[in-house]
Amino acid sequence: MTFLIPRLILLLCCGLLLLGLAFPVVSQTQVRETKPWVMPRTSNGHPDLQGNWTNATITPIQRPRGRDRVLTPDQVAGIEGRRQNLIDASGQPSDPDREAPPVGGDGSTGAAGGVGGYNYFYIDAGDRVAIFNGEPRSSLVVAPEDGRIPPLTGAAREARREASALRRVFGQYDNPENRPLGERCIKSFGSNAGPPMLPNYFYNNNYTIVQTADHIMIMTEMVHDVRIIRLGEPKPLAENIRPWMGDSWGWWEGDTLVVETTNLPLRQVNGHRYVYPGGSEDMKVTERFTRVDEQTINYEFTVDDPTTYTSAWSGEVPFKALDELVYEYACHEANYSLFNVLSGARAEEREAAKKKEEGR
Amino acid sequence: MSSDFKLSRGKFSRSVLGTLLSVALVSGAGCAQRTDGAQHTDIPRTASGKPDMNGIWQALGNAHWDIEPHLARAALAMQPGPVVPVPAEEVLAFGAVGAVPSGQGVVVGGLIPYLPEALAKRQENKENWLHSDPEIKCYLPGVPRANYMQFPFQIFQSESKFFIAYEYAGAYRDIYLEDPGPPQVDSWMGQSFGQWEGDTFVVEVTGFNDQTWFDRAGNHHSAALKVTERYNMTSPDHLIYEATIEDSETFSRPWVIRMPLYRNINVDSRLGQFKCVEFVEELIYGHLRKHLIRK
Repeated sequence: MTFLIPRLILLLCCGLLLLGLAFPVVSQTQVRETKPWVMPRTSNGHPDLQGNWTNATITPIQRPRGRDRVLTPDQVAGIEGRRQNLIDASGQPSDPDREAPPVGGDGSTGAAGGVGGYNYFYIDAGDRVAIFNGEPRSSLVVAPEDGRIPPLTGAAREARREASALRRVFGQYDNPENRPLGERCIKSFGSNAGPPMLPNYFYNNNYTIVQTADHIMIMTEMVHDVRIIRLGEPKPLAENIRPWMGDSWGWWEGDTLVVETTNLPLRQVNGHRYVYPGGSEDMKVTERFTRVDEQTINYEFTVDDPTTYTSAWSGEVPFKALDELVYEYACHEANYSLFNVLSGARAEEREAAKKKEEGR
Repeated sequence: MSSDFKLSRGKFSRSVLGTLLSVALVSGAGCAQRTDGAQHTDIPRTASGKPDMNGIWQALGNAHWDIEPHLARAALAMQPGPVVPVPAEEVLAFGAVGAVPSGQGVVVGGLIPYLPEALAKRQENKENWLHSDPEIKCYLPGVPRANYMQFPFQIFQSESKFFIAYEYAGAYRDIYLEDPGPPQVDSWMGQSFGQWEGDTFVVEVTGFNDQTWFDRAGNHHSAALKVTERYNMTSPDHLIYEATIEDSETFSRPWVIRMPLYRNINVDSRLGQFKCVEFVEELIYGHLRKHLIRK
């Protein structure tokens, strides 16, 4: 992770964080107690999913081993308390007289490690565990039963080995293409834009949904990625057309919007360590969107890819209403980070060559 | 598009060739079409009776090269030649593909009323086009440029939302239907607030930075830019698009561009994806590779 926050995003992160602290999301129970909720509907009679939503949560995608699917109240308090402590500690004013970080970094990892990056003021990774159908969850993945992505097939392991061998041909700073997609401002971290649409565990986990008679549009704030989902009869794209986020079509099953996606891009799955979850050209993702109250869309997904995984796997993620504007995520336009990462690597190489020359 | 439109589409269907021919015939007369907001009776409408603009739209013509009237020329980047200027080294290999087609312009009245210093900046931009045009680097295009690039855009319109997704660079605009107040931050695509005036959708766009251009000819603005757009549907397949440009730091008075926008009537037309960031990495970062591939 490097430092590619444009100014706009800094402002947004600050705003979201402050708002998050000042106005914790109203719980489902509280809403129900105050007034009975009636499903909002569009002029076509379907549930109205429109607006801004966030899937930020501290519940991880995969379940930590040894945990049950549903967290106990004590576990929730522990997990959320530790996050709050981290937020509080990271939010303390910096010592203006502190020393510069050691050359080469302080040995820590992550966005705030190394030579000092973001503190929590700039981060909006959520501060609550995911609550789905009233259950505080230990993982977003719910099937298989252990809450973990199933093992890879032999063919997929071989493909990963080949991809890994290809990566080792290069140093990680040799070329722009060797850098992660997020750092290159091509996509958000992880599978944020999806499908499946998962939290990026960092910031800007926000989405805008617009719904017409024959389309659902989902915009992922980071990096302004628009998914255009056609409703009705599927008319798949040609086999060789594989857009980022694939080719999606949807239909209504009662009050649930079902979306199926194929034609996911191979380059998304073969090249980059940040890309998640990875799969083959046969990968199919099925998503289900059900609005369950004023504040919540229950988002369920299933990944089918027998070439890659030894079984299908599914997850459940609450999308919570975001009563704020979503600002422009203009990443590439101010991507000093990628420039500096590459030029820094070249500077180090020049310095090493000079030392070698001097040592002769 | 609404089911209303689907019902009426057969009535108005025509071949793509037919549309292209009609473009050639009416483009020059576009300014003469109705833009007064008067009601058109044969257009698709939403449940609440508003013109239904859902669908894929595109400007045809050459405004994206230069919004002012211009002759065809050999290239966007030129260098002095022994007799006349010739294409610059960097674009020479494109040959006729890199040449600029002529255009009648879309500025009402012909020329942009630049202040003297701003006119000089336009000339500088033009001469330094290869290094200055934000489109070359796949930067977000701004408004109104996004609406008349050679890429289509898709309108998603419901009773509560009006959203435009652009093919170029994955740009988008969430046009707020309730006043969001003053823009909190400057941005490339600005902040859009739309209201209906009769059948005309009027959008005020503010909160721009000063980094976007109007075309490939160096036409520019400052961060004081305010754009007021008017979208007026004149048939199921045609919009008249008008934008009033106000920027007292750059122009001596407000000025207007106007052009038709055409619906893509191809069955199953889809907005393509042109995430061009990765296409310009060699251009922007190629000199920082460990092993240079440029000669």
